[in-house]
Amino acid sequence: MEMTLAEPRVDYLNVRHTVASWLLTKDHKRIGIMYLVVVSLAFFVGGLFASIIRMELATPAGDLVSSDTYNKLFTMHGVAMVFFVLIPAVPAILGNFVLPLMLGAKDVAFPKINLLSWYVFVIGFLFTLYAMVTGGVDTGWTFYTPYSSRASSSNVMMTGIGVFITGFSSILTGLNFMVTIHRMRAPGLTWFRLPLFVWAIYSTSLVQVLGTPVIAITVLALAVERGLHFGIFDPALGGDPVLFQHLFWFYSHPAVYIMILPPMGAISEVLACFSRKNIFGYSFVAFSSLAIAIFGFLVWAHHLFIAGISVYSALVFSFLTYAVAIPSAVKTFNWTATLYKGAIWLKAPMIWAICFLGLFLVGGLTGLFTAALGVDVHIHDTYFVVAHFHFIMVGGAIMGYFAGLHYWWPKMTGRMYSDAAAKTAAVIVFVGFNLTFGPQFILGYLGMPRRYHMYPEEFQVLNVLSSAGASILAVGYVLVAIYLLVSLFKGEKAGDNPWHATGLEWTTQSPPLPHNFDVQPVVTEGAYEYSKREIKVV
Amino acid sequence: MSDAAAIPADAHAHGHHPDLQHHFDSLEQQHEAATLGMWLFLVTEVLFFGGLFMAYLLYRVWYPEAWAAGSEELSIRLGGFNTVVLIGSSLTMAMAVRSAQTGYRRATVGWLLGTMALGLTFLVVKFFEYKDKFTHHHVPGYDFHIEGAHAGLAGPMEIFFSLYFTMTGLHALHMIIGFGIMSVITWMAYRGRFSTQWSTPVEMSGLYWHFVDIVWIFLFPLLYLVDRTGQ
Repeated sequence: MEMTLAEPRVDYLNVRHTVASWLLTKDHKRIGIMYLVVVSLAFFVGGLFASIIRMELATPAGDLVSSDTYNKLFTMHGVAMVFFVLIPAVPAILGNFVLPLMLGAKDVAFPKINLLSWYVFVIGFLFTLYAMVTGGVDTGWTFYTPYSSRASSSNVMMTGIGVFITGFSSILTGLNFMVTIHRMRAPGLTWFRLPLFVWAIYSTSLVQVLGTPVIAITVLALAVERGLHFGIFDPALGGDPVLFQHLFWFYSHPAVYIMILPPMGAISEVLACFSRKNIFGYSFVAFSSLAIAIFGFLVWAHHLFIAGISVYSALVFSFLTYAVAIPSAVKTFNWTATLYKGAIWLKAPMIWAICFLGLFLVGGLTGLFTAALGVDVHIHDTYFVVAHFHFIMVGGAIMGYFAGLHYWWPKMTGRMYSDAAAKTAAVIVFVGFNLTFGPQFILGYLGMPRRYHMYPEEFQVLNVLSSAGASILAVGYVLVAIYLLVSLFKGEKAGDNPWHATGLEWTTQSPPLPHNFDVQPVVTEGAYEYSKREIKVV
Repeated sequence: MSDAAAIPADAHAHGHHPDLQHHFDSLEQQHEAATLGMWLFLVTEVLFFGGLFMAYLLYRVWYPEAWAAGSEELSIRLGGFNTVVLIGSSLTMAMAVRSAQTGYRRATVGWLLGTMALGLTFLVVKFFEYKDKFTHHHVPGYDFHIEGAHAGLAGPMEIFFSLYFTMTGLHALHMIIGFGIMSVITWMAYRGRFSTQWSTPVEMSGLYWHFVDIVWIFLFPLLYLVDRTGQ
């Protein structure tokens, strides 16, 4: 479909310009952009707390902030990053934008509910922000009872309400995506022709739908205990605080897979595109997403190995935790095999994706250390665990999110960013990240516990390295924000398919039409038929 | 990946049903999407209540005597009456769905009003049950005293009543939301919005209403009938 340049093209961005046309939109693409704005804000807020934490930890003495303030800083860092960045980032931003395009659909199944879930998200975020600016919360993002229900005098209630409300946004998004994938696929788009990003989103939605209600009821039970002084977890009445931990992790461990599965899907897209190859082992990668989602529900008690659970159940949970490593490894091997003998094209999204592969590998393997019963006793609640989950959540999830964002940015905005700047940022983030969290493995193994704002002097060298790494990391993220913003105004026009990628989203114009496609697409082949395409490596 | 096929995207744009949304191809597809979405929503509801059932199970195993003693403080008559009322409302709801599908407008409105009346009856009875708990000092965290033979079980019994209030309270909240939904649906039915072609909202509300009933079918024996052998 050649368009003459003189003819101004109608797209989802320029079709209407008023503020109301954004706030009342039912267009999945605009809703995706609106999520991008709020999540970026939350990322900035969470990053700010992290910066103060790393500044404090540059010296052994607690000289920058008080213990109480420090407790609040790491709590609010966790709450902001987990609930308002990692969980919504890829599904709500990229998923909203590209999922219906990938399916050849005009929109998600329930556009009004999609808009509603954005408002629910924003209201939850505002409650949480309000709790933060009016004194903060100091329980840790895990809200363990009885401290959270009885002792803490900080804004537990307000934060809990924020998290509770936000959960419904996640549930509604997951539900919407599942129905969309079942019912809105283009003619010919069978399950095994779906892009792997769709499989990843589907698996994620399954976790969102099955897991999130449990955290909702858990936070509600905490709220009635704290607000109405009911007794549900209260040991003074014979209640069981460990029950809270079980219920909390029944969601919050699968939530890790809400964070990592969608970026994994984005990585599959990027690696296939920039290797100019069909993905290796399509069905294995597809089913490994489902396997992770299902196994992910059976491992929660590995967070409770030293909470007094029985040795036998700990054994079973340890074993199951090892089992969940298998589908993750299946993915990693298949990605590597996709690169093998591919025509590797090192554009910016690919650089981010390769960084993901390395960091996710380290994060995943160190997860096995923490899954081992004996080793976990030694490293539980130390910086080893902090380093491990940051390798998964930042090295994995955020890197994968950036890979996807850089991949689809031309489609979303119609403009290119500076490839050189993006590659530089990826390298800076990679170096900064390793310097920040690499030393924390050693710190944890040597015995430095997490969540303390003071430490013995012998740990200072490693902590200074970590703080220095955090500064480099911050520079990298600021750079990303700068060149992406610049590209919005000054970036060259991207064209409909700058990466010569397969996938229905690349067959429509950039930015896409308000209703996505001029004609209903019909699919006749698999998602990654790069071998049938002319290779154009610029 | 795709061939630009010659199916115009707006083929259905002319002469389609007024309730067909633009992003669906047919009423059938729209109906299937709504049904799947509603069932998924009910799955989330099961897990939402599931957390409380988990807590219930744990403490019932830990404190069987306190559970039996707590249960005896609940009125089996009022609870039983409400169970019958709710099952009756499921019947009227099923009749409302059937009437809507077959296009009987007045019958639909009538059965929906009947459902609402039964729902309201349930909530009124529930109100008096709660009121009774206040007068008998059985409200956890506010005014809770256990005297006599069961005084030693006061702690676990307070947990029992905490769960009682949380579970039945959450259920009652779902009833109130359901009442709101029914009001809208009844108004739509009265205005003649449903037909043999399209009655999806009535069916979806029906699914929700039946779910709320089923929750009560579990709550009633678990809370009221723990150990009635002593009576």
